[in-house]
Amino acid sequence: MIERHPDILVAPVVLPLLAAALLLLLGHKQRLKSLVNIAATALGLFVALTILLRASAAPGVSAYLMSNWEAPFGIVLVADRLTALMLVLVGVVSLGAALYAEATWTRAGVYFHALFQMQLMGLNGAFLTGDLFNLFVFFEVMLAASYGLHLHGSGWPRVRTGLHYIAVNLVASSLFLVGVAVLYGVVGTLSMADIADKLALVPARDRGLLHAGVAILAMAFLIKAAVWPLNAWLVPAYASTSAPVAAIFALMTKVGIYALVRLWTLFFSSGASAQLGGTVLLYAGLATIAFGALGVLASLSLGRIAGYSIIVSSGTLVAALGTGNPTVTSAALFYMLSATLAVSALFLIVELVERIGSDGQRRVPDYDVEPGEDTNLDDEEAPLVGRAFPVSVAQLGLAFMLCAVLVAGLPPFSGFVAKLSLLTALLSPSGGGPANAATWLLFGLLLVAGLTTTISLSRAGIRHFWSMAGRIPPRLKVAEAASVLGLIVCCIVLTLWAEPVLRTTSAAAEGLHSPQTYIDAVLSKKSVPRPTGAATEREALP
Amino acid sequence: MEVILALVIGVLGGAAVWLVLRPRTFQLIMGLTLLSYAVNLFIFSMGSLFIHKPPIVRPVAPTDLEHYTDPMPQSLVLTAIVIGFATTALFLVVLLASRGLSGNDHVDGSREEP
Repeated sequence: MIERHPDILVAPVVLPLLAAALLLLLGHKQRLKSLVNIAATALGLFVALTILLRASAAPGVSAYLMSNWEAPFGIVLVADRLTALMLVLVGVVSLGAALYAEATWTRAGVYFHALFQMQLMGLNGAFLTGDLFNLFVFFEVMLAASYGLHLHGSGWPRVRTGLHYIAVNLVASSLFLVGVAVLYGVVGTLSMADIADKLALVPARDRGLLHAGVAILAMAFLIKAAVWPLNAWLVPAYASTSAPVAAIFALMTKVGIYALVRLWTLFFSSGASAQLGGTVLLYAGLATIAFGALGVLASLSLGRIAGYSIIVSSGTLVAALGTGNPTVTSAALFYMLSATLAVSALFLIVELVERIGSDGQRRVPDYDVEPGEDTNLDDEEAPLVGRAFPVSVAQLGLAFMLCAVLVAGLPPFSGFVAKLSLLTALLSPSGGGPANAATWLLFGLLLVAGLTTTISLSRAGIRHFWSMAGRIPPRLKVAEAASVLGLIVCCIVLTLWAEPVLRTTSAAAEGLHSPQTYIDAVLSKKSVPRPTGAATEREALP
Repeated sequence: MEVILALVIGVLGGAAVWLVLRPRTFQLIMGLTLLSYAVNLFIFSMGSLFIHKPPIVRPVAPTDLEHYTDPMPQSLVLTAIVIGFATTALFLVVLLASRGLSGNDHVDGSREEP
């Protein structure tokens, strides 16, 4: 379909934008807004799946020229297998979060839906864009929406952590701009493919400046990816925000990872600066895993455990990518899919689990402030999807256990498949050469992180499910149960069809580590010729 | 001219870093504002500095690089200013909310014991 409809590449950006505009126009029509939001998110997932299907065929990279300007001068959107996988991941997680939010959270403020769609636009755009400055713009779209979403529901804990979150991200954005400016000063272009093409021409005396610029740029991504020691903002922010927003935020650290792996493989796969900073990434990743593993063990509240597991998965990804080995990268990409789905499901279920022992009624979101005139908390009696129904503690416990197994990477689900393929790839001699000390350290830390996650989640499970306070069965809404189950089912599907998914990720990793295909696909993309009628009309003008 | 610009960026950036590390929210937002000024000037300087050279093609001057300055950093700065302004305005709202909820202008909102 990409051959026939190249415009589909722009759909993941334009669709949420239009949906957000429509949602703003709808004002207070809560039910209609919910329908539009879910429909737009589901349509986004469908578009992402279409793009993935097309990207699976050779050559795997397709470019779309915005306004028909050719590549180094105009803006391009590029989709390869990695981009397509990320888009599908965004689609699945956002659909889960959107459904979950319908149960209560959308009614805690007026603009949830519009902000949600803008967040999706930023995420999709960051994955699709082919030039650095638009990466910055989409980062800012994503962050601006995330500031609003983080504060959704208000209350002192959210405002306090939001203040830190915004301040850290504003500094990160400044670093991003400085890095982009230096890179532009050295190379004279902002198109990623063009930079990769021209890096070999950079003279030796400018190399130092180039490396400094790239390092500053990488700092911005490492802050976003929550790599130690730049991750103190993450856990309080993610633990204090509302459950569906936290599930979406689990995707945002992956944007940092994506930008890092995309630019690093594109710029430094070969040439005079090959593998620049790979060792730094590897050791920063190792430190992050260690930090996350200790943090998981030290946390008692479920929200913080989920936050630290995001840090563990970020560290694993950064360290695995830092090895610069296509086999390891392939396994890491599979791990990224599984870990993101699992952590999102965990964030959603945390709120349900914490409802045990409350009086069976819907726990009111913890407001510190009285709902004002503009918070339409109760403008509708019936929820969109179904009514609250009681579940037994055992059923909820079973779902929690599945999540815990997925997050900790225990058999038999996708978390285990991901970890096993990562460990196998680390030890396999194909490409990476003999295993060295850092590889063994990563191997050990992965197992330790799994152990601490298991211990911590079991402890939290015991506290919540075996305590005497939990005798009153909690009440769930259909939408809440469905979204959590949906995400878990996605992980199980990922387990059952692990082989085709691994084949796709290994093709994606191959594409990443031999970026010439990407560069050629972008730079050789020709603009669509003008219709002849328009051309003659233009020429007829004086 | 390059020396003056470099000094200005340096002073702005240094002051910004110092202010960002201060514990009061007002100092923080001043620091972030100065930081964005420093970054914007820095982006601008990346296109090399020229005087009396426009970034857009004029019919009177020949179309070669001798007579024009690079328009790219200027458009980048424009975008960066708009985005920086919007996010700073948003941050100001959060700052006020924090002040209202904690009754304090500390970044952690820690209430001092009476």
